[in-house]
Amino acid sequence: MERPLTEHIHPNRPALNLKEYEAVGGYAALKKVLKDSSPKQVQQAVQDSNLKGRGGAGFNTGMKWSFVPMDNAPRPKYIIANADEMEPGTFKDRLLLEGSPHQLIEGMIIAGYAIQADISYIFLRFAYKDAAKILRKSIQEAYDAGYLGKNIQGSGYSLEMYLHTGVGRYMCGEETALLNALEGKRATPRAKPPFPQVSGLFGKPTIVNNVETFCCVPHIIAKGAEWFKSISKSEDGGTKLYGVSGKVNKPGLWELPMGVTIRELIEEHAGGMKNGLKFKGALPGGASTDFLTEQHLDVKMDFKSVAAAGSRLGTGTMIVLDDATCPVGFVHNLQHFFAQESCGWCTPCREGLPWVEKVLLSLENGEGKKEDLDILHMHTKFLGPGNTFCALAPGAMEPLESALKYFADDFEKHIRDKKCPYHN
Amino acid sequence: MPTIFIDNKPFEVKAGKNLLEACLSLGLDLPYFCWHPALGSVGACRQCAISMFKDENDQKGKLTMACMEGVKDGLRISLTDTTSKAFREQVVEWLMTNHPHDCPVCDEGGSCHLQDMTVMTGHDYRRFSYKKRTYKNQYLGPFIHHEMNRCIQCYRCVRFYKDYAGGKDLDVFAAHNHVYFGREKDGVLESPFSGNLAEVCPTGVFTDETLRQHYTRKWDLTMAPSVCTHCSLGCNITAGERYGELRSITNRYNGDVNGYFLCDRGRFGYEFVNSENRIAKPIIRNRVGEAVDEDTLMTHLKTIFKHGNKFIGIGSPRASVESNYALMDLVGKDNYYNGLSEFENLLAKLVAKTLQSGTVRSASLKDVEKADAVLILGEDVWNTAPMLALSVRQAVLKSAAAEALQQTPLPQWHDAAIRELVQEERGYFANITLAGSALDEIANYKLHSSPDDIARLGYAIAHIIDPGSPAVKNASDELLTKAKEIADALLKAKNPVIISGTGCLNEPLIKAAHNIALALNSGERKAEICYVMHESNTMGLALTQAFGLDKAIERTEREEGLSVVILENDLYRSLPGNVVDRFLSRCKNVVVLDQLNNATTVKAHVLIPSATFAEADGTMVNNEGRAQSFFQVFNPASNYVREAWRWLYAIKDLNAAPGNETFPHPDEILSRVEKDYPMFSGISKVSPAHDFRVNGQRIPREPRRYSGRTAIRANISVSEPRPFQDDDSPLSYTMEGYDGIPPSSLIPFFWSPGWNSIQSVNKYQDEVGGALKGGDPGVRLFEVDKSKPKTYFEHIPYPFTAKPDHLLLLPQFHVFGSGELSIYTKAIEDFAPEPYAALSEPDAEKMGLSDGSILNVKIGEKKIAFPVCVHKAISNGIVLLPAGLTETAGAIWGAWINFSANGHS
Repeated sequence: MERPLTEHIHPNRPALNLKEYEAVGGYAALKKVLKDSSPKQVQQAVQDSNLKGRGGAGFNTGMKWSFVPMDNAPRPKYIIANADEMEPGTFKDRLLLEGSPHQLIEGMIIAGYAIQADISYIFLRFAYKDAAKILRKSIQEAYDAGYLGKNIQGSGYSLEMYLHTGVGRYMCGEETALLNALEGKRATPRAKPPFPQVSGLFGKPTIVNNVETFCCVPHIIAKGAEWFKSISKSEDGGTKLYGVSGKVNKPGLWELPMGVTIRELIEEHAGGMKNGLKFKGALPGGASTDFLTEQHLDVKMDFKSVAAAGSRLGTGTMIVLDDATCPVGFVHNLQHFFAQESCGWCTPCREGLPWVEKVLLSLENGEGKKEDLDILHMHTKFLGPGNTFCALAPGAMEPLESALKYFADDFEKHIRDKKCPYHN
Repeated sequence: MPTIFIDNKPFEVKAGKNLLEACLSLGLDLPYFCWHPALGSVGACRQCAISMFKDENDQKGKLTMACMEGVKDGLRISLTDTTSKAFREQVVEWLMTNHPHDCPVCDEGGSCHLQDMTVMTGHDYRRFSYKKRTYKNQYLGPFIHHEMNRCIQCYRCVRFYKDYAGGKDLDVFAAHNHVYFGREKDGVLESPFSGNLAEVCPTGVFTDETLRQHYTRKWDLTMAPSVCTHCSLGCNITAGERYGELRSITNRYNGDVNGYFLCDRGRFGYEFVNSENRIAKPIIRNRVGEAVDEDTLMTHLKTIFKHGNKFIGIGSPRASVESNYALMDLVGKDNYYNGLSEFENLLAKLVAKTLQSGTVRSASLKDVEKADAVLILGEDVWNTAPMLALSVRQAVLKSAAAEALQQTPLPQWHDAAIRELVQEERGYFANITLAGSALDEIANYKLHSSPDDIARLGYAIAHIIDPGSPAVKNASDELLTKAKEIADALLKAKNPVIISGTGCLNEPLIKAAHNIALALNSGERKAEICYVMHESNTMGLALTQAFGLDKAIERTEREEGLSVVILENDLYRSLPGNVVDRFLSRCKNVVVLDQLNNATTVKAHVLIPSATFAEADGTMVNNEGRAQSFFQVFNPASNYVREAWRWLYAIKDLNAAPGNETFPHPDEILSRVEKDYPMFSGISKVSPAHDFRVNGQRIPREPRRYSGRTAIRANISVSEPRPFQDDDSPLSYTMEGYDGIPPSSLIPFFWSPGWNSIQSVNKYQDEVGGALKGGDPGVRLFEVDKSKPKTYFEHIPYPFTAKPDHLLLLPQFHVFGSGELSIYTKAIEDFAPEPYAALSEPDAEKMGLSDGSILNVKIGEKKIAFPVCVHKAISNGIVLLPAGLTETAGAIWGAWINFSANGHS
């Protein structure tokens, strides 16, 4: 089984430095691209590989790049790595950042070349201090080796790269809010259209991709689109970093072919549920995805299959709910996070999420009323996609809506018994 | 025009608009908060949600924000479907989770957009049963009151204050449901446009602090359409009164002039009307019991106007066309002097004549906003005409946007996206001033120079653009390089505007500005010019090309025993004290009409109280040449306070043979003005005649909900008096009358069923953000005459050189402090600068002066000590003193003056 992204990451060894990375074939893809390929060819190769964005939305990466104006384009153009990994339950990019920084840098340079970007940024989560340290060092190494800066490897292509550390807002993971934050403005999202590909950072054409997405790129270039598709178990290309957290025996993170089943993830890789506990449900791709339950254990963890089951692959890092944990409390915890991380720009999210949070808390405290469920249902309906300014509130509603559907008994019990059945 | 289907009915709508604009322009009620016609769309509040359908078979539809979706032919939407109705109601319920229920004690109550929208969406019962979030309020200064708990986070305040007006000290802080709109810490809001927050805010977060000092509900105000008197731009205002006191000034939309906004001097500078310094009774000096009744006054006036006394009249740039004309009528044209000092008169007449000649079109504020390049030649518009500065700002933002949109097309209304695309790009704007201005920060080219050198630069620019215009002799390479850079930029524009004015007291400057605009005019390029003048009716005064104060003085020196009538003009402000003293002492009778006591009224033998704009009907002509009417708001407590023209005609008729009285109706005055002075042609059409009625009804000054009518005077008399009858205008002093939309010049207040806030102006426009129905108010008195040959001015000054032992005295204007009347507002007085004398660094050094040391300047015969302020931008040889302060009253601006530095004399 191939693990291209994590092959050279070892828990007990520091990340490869530039020399070591080159020794295992690093930067060969970049050199190849600079020598043999036109930007359009790179875009095509990535599009052919069926690489889908690993940040959660699952849009075809090569296609996204193809929207960037190429001839007589406004300058400078930007390529940005979204390393603001703050989705609850998600810790996959951290591994790549800390474990293989040059893989990301190489992927970004190739992507930069593909869209003829002039400047690149890594927008890094505030709390990833170790990653910041190693990225800073690695970027410098890449500059010193002539992989960054003017006239990279004599190709005539130039790219600058900067590391930008955020101040810890979930909102900055939304690509347009990230752009605002990077410009020094409030991290409120922007309306789309115009899309960042056309008017992005500082109003110029910009591509924002997730860390894991960029990390796939050198391998696609080195081994080809067909190979990339061949290592997947689904129609989405490549491998995926899957994570499992919750009360399982071995919570963790694994690079596996795209499309393993939920059952395989939990039972084989995460070592099954802890003693005495039963699987009740899981958020398959982070806090802002719908619950899947026992009936979905054989669903393949790829974009299409998870969507067909009524949820989203999201980041591919699953949070498992067991039968001894209160789903109401669980969802309340999530809503507390989302309400707090709302940027305050649009009304439904700013005012709706705190209301939801308060209702859930009163249910959990045994103070809920029957009408409270109507209020929750109203929010799941009205905080849907398109009704709010960005995807934060719709994302927040996914676990709530599915919890109301699958764990309706639990909610009603809280109201009927005037207490949380999971707490004595 | 695209056709859209709203609830299955087809409507033709204007292309390029969003659905919210389209719906509002069709007169439909669709609630909104974050959108504003002048600020565009950002999609934050989600209040204007509608359902959009794929085709006629789509029954489900999709919720869409109307403000974020452009109109498209064949588009199908619904405003009445259950989903979008429920969603809009829900948005208000969300907002209400934190909005306090303090309407009864909230200043906004009754004119609150949030109240209106709440009722419109149907939200009533509260389901949110938790604690509301609260904030600390801030002290924001004497103009704006802050009450943050009421905030519904529509972001309009910061979008206006920062994005639109360029303010820096108001922002949004914190996040999620605790975002905060205010300053970094308590303190006075710095922007001179801060008052607009009270109107931009859809609820009671930002309210008018001056109104708060004598609060009245909007529905209890008696209101009339009026025109601002605090500078030459003539912004349209709505003035409101209760209990004989002027309570508030709010914006009166005029799409061609001030649009939706006012400056703080205009909005808050109204307190002079309520001042204790008002002249309430006629006074005959040097007798026991100086304050007299009408009979005594008239008897006395009859005597002094009879006995072969020859009167001259001194007019005023702050008096109406009617009053100045009445004075002319009283004393005779040959004995009328317009009241401007020699130099100001020369410049004002030059501006009037230049615009009248029709060679170049004069720009309205809206025209300035639409300019794709702006050149300011000398005038400090930020201080002399603040709203013009705001228009310049919009021009540079809009022209940059137009440029960016050529490469990346976006809809015009998409404010946030356009700002993002444009970033710090600005359209071409060259700001050339004496000593810098707040506008410099948005100028791509800025220069500080002396008036003569700015004029030379102007001539050089014009010559580069059209070599047929006169060349500057002995121009330095430096001058030519600068001129070339500016000329090249202006030549790229299609609608450049050249702005100048009388503020620099420099004749060649005004001429150079004209030459540039004229040179730029070509088949495909339409250049316009905008001259700032000094007072609200300077243009109306200058148009008659009458003699100024200097000639009046000469006459009294020549001719013994003359008497004088001075109309609303404090001569001590424009002439040195000793000169005025001598002038007045040579006059046998000094009759003064004015509103407030001042240095001149003190010297009056007969003093007659005249009405302010709030107590008068009249017409003024703004800097653009737009004649505009203002209407009486209320009847002052003192029966003696009357329009000056009313007094003047009464005086004229005192000695008329029975049957020969000439006392005219105000409508008649304007017809006579038109007849006598063809340049005023059209002025009688500015607003409908006094007998105008709609369906036989007058236009009421009071809203239908005006309360307490029967009780308001009960402390005086329990029987309710008959409402005062207005014979001068179609307006009535009651709440009864026509409640529809009157002609645009007669709108006493904006109100529409369900729309109690100022946002109801939507209903008065054909298209939201466009002209008022029937056209915006005002009549332009001159237009371009295309048959005119290009005739250039040739008056090119020598390069400016400093003179030994002399300084060129020039005024530095201040938004707060330079206005004669606005200073009566306590807060404005507090913001007025302390006296200072600004000098260049080398000059100060040469004289051994530094910041704070004293420069003695002789104004008239008085030697006044001014603390020195060393200024980096001023040219050598110039001293700037703050205009309009008591200390600088009577200064001869533009003159070379003697001075003495501290210790030396």
